[in-house]
Amino acid sequence: MKTPKDLKYTKTDEWIKVDDDQATIGITDFAQDQLSDIVYVELLVDEEETITKGDSIATIESVKAAADVNSPASGTIIAINEDLEDTPELLNSDPFEAGWIIKITLDDPAELDDLMSAEDYEAYNEEREG
Amino acid sequence: MFTPHTPQEIEEMLRVIGVDSIEALFERVPAKHRFPKLDLPEGLTEMEVAAELKEIAAANASTEDFISFLGAGAYDHYIPAAVDMILKRGEFYTAYTPYQPEVSQGTLQAIFEFQSLMTELTEMDISNASHYDGATATAEAAILAYHSFRGKRKKVVVSPFVNPQYRETIRTYMNGLDGVSVVGDQGDLGIQADFTELSDLIDKNTSVVIVQYPDFFGRINDYTKLVEKAHEQGALVTFVFNPTALGILKPPGAFDADIAVGDGQPLGIPISYGGPYLGIFTIKDKYIRKLAGRLIGETVDEEGNRAYVLTLTAREQHIRRERSTSNICTNQGLLALAATVYLSLLGKTGFTQVANLCYQKAHHAAEQISKLDGFELAFPDTPFFHEFVVKTPKPVNEINLHLQNHWILGGYDLSQDYQDMENHMLVAVTEKISRDDIDEFVAALEEVTNA
Repeated sequence: MKTPKDLKYTKTDEWIKVDDDQATIGITDFAQDQLSDIVYVELLVDEEETITKGDSIATIESVKAAADVNSPASGTIIAINEDLEDTPELLNSDPFEAGWIIKITLDDPAELDDLMSAEDYEAYNEEREG
Repeated sequence: MFTPHTPQEIEEMLRVIGVDSIEALFERVPAKHRFPKLDLPEGLTEMEVAAELKEIAAANASTEDFISFLGAGAYDHYIPAAVDMILKRGEFYTAYTPYQPEVSQGTLQAIFEFQSLMTELTEMDISNASHYDGATATAEAAILAYHSFRGKRKKVVVSPFVNPQYRETIRTYMNGLDGVSVVGDQGDLGIQADFTELSDLIDKNTSVVIVQYPDFFGRINDYTKLVEKAHEQGALVTFVFNPTALGILKPPGAFDADIAVGDGQPLGIPISYGGPYLGIFTIKDKYIRKLAGRLIGETVDEEGNRAYVLTLTAREQHIRRERSTSNICTNQGLLALAATVYLSLLGKTGFTQVANLCYQKAHHAAEQISKLDGFELAFPDTPFFHEFVVKTPKPVNEINLHLQNHWILGGYDLSQDYQDMENHMLVAVTEKISRDDIDEFVAALEEVTNA
């Protein structure tokens, strides 16, 4: 299970990668593994919309379940990954790169302070798997 | 009385929540409203009740007794006896969704056949396993369209010639959705309106355009231009169709409709005071993820035998909770089965024949009625299927009272729904009506004018 070091993680299995005042958001390797084969991604937001930390930004359907993706931060959406519409399996094959979901400009970088580091997230997963 | 708890259990529960008695739970309800004295007659024996009910029931009359020219959304077609025989088999006799679906292969196969028949009838890509009736299916079409634009398009354009009850149901369902407006449906366009006026209402804020086919007045309109305009603006188009009419008319799919809905009552379901009926709901495949209800698919089991499975329930309430497109869960399984059996018994040839008979008989009746003094067709230049509007020399309810003396149910009084349609009767003719029935109807109408 991959857990890139330069990302921050949520308890609901999203990751966020910060690049100055911009950030990219997706779901973790753990999440895609739990969901198994992903067959559909429905984006619930659009470019230029503003979102608040905790908002649902997408719904993911796999052969096993349907799950919501919650935004780890507040901001304005600058891009959505349109490839997911036709190739939702990118979330399985490459959750941290090609399987990104949205990009935003951050309202308040301090919001990220209570998210988990890669080490904390790994420990959290081990606990859940336990 | 149903008393699920023992006195000990009740005492225990009261102790846990810290209340002394059951009565104390109702303290907030003023005492005089707690057990008001009901003005009820003395009790009767079972035998007495049965006799009284029989007497009340004897006052009813049905289309077994009357010749019916009443339609307006529910139609008196012949139902082959085999439909009921199959419906009443114990294996099928439940309306409930199987919660462990794959165990119920027969039920799943019936739904699969129903879906297949509906897509063939409409030439749409996908059908779900049904809604409650035509009105709710139409309203759900508006909801689907609203959600497919994620609530960003706020306008629903509805033809004033959609069944008035359906229009009301659309408004009920859309009520409470943020900022949504329903336009075109209030009849303010006037009854002679053509569809350019409706077309002018369609813009980039429109999620869906809803038309009826044939329309509420029985007319067969060519919606080609309207569909083009809607699609140019990026809006969806919903056809509300009469399934019998599709036996001879160009199907909604061929008009490039995005959603096609209708009431399945004409397909082997009795009129029975307005329900239960069957809502047909079909779509283009790109909207499958927004489709309410369930889809059954055919596959093979591990031994290679044909088997049926619950293929998709993407929007069903038990999976999506508040994010489901609809709260519908239990489809009209038994009535979908009735429609399936009905269509299978008739076959393609028989079904086309029913549609043709309806068409021919309705046209014969229209011709005869229009020859009467004081009666004329309201839309003489517009093609119609099995229903047409007649201008009458007297108020329709007056005429209908007279017809009842002849054991004839007259047509629908359109002044109930359209301000400028005083003295307009909507007449429906199905294959059950004979040439003699039509002669009787015409003679009775003539009597009215001479009276």
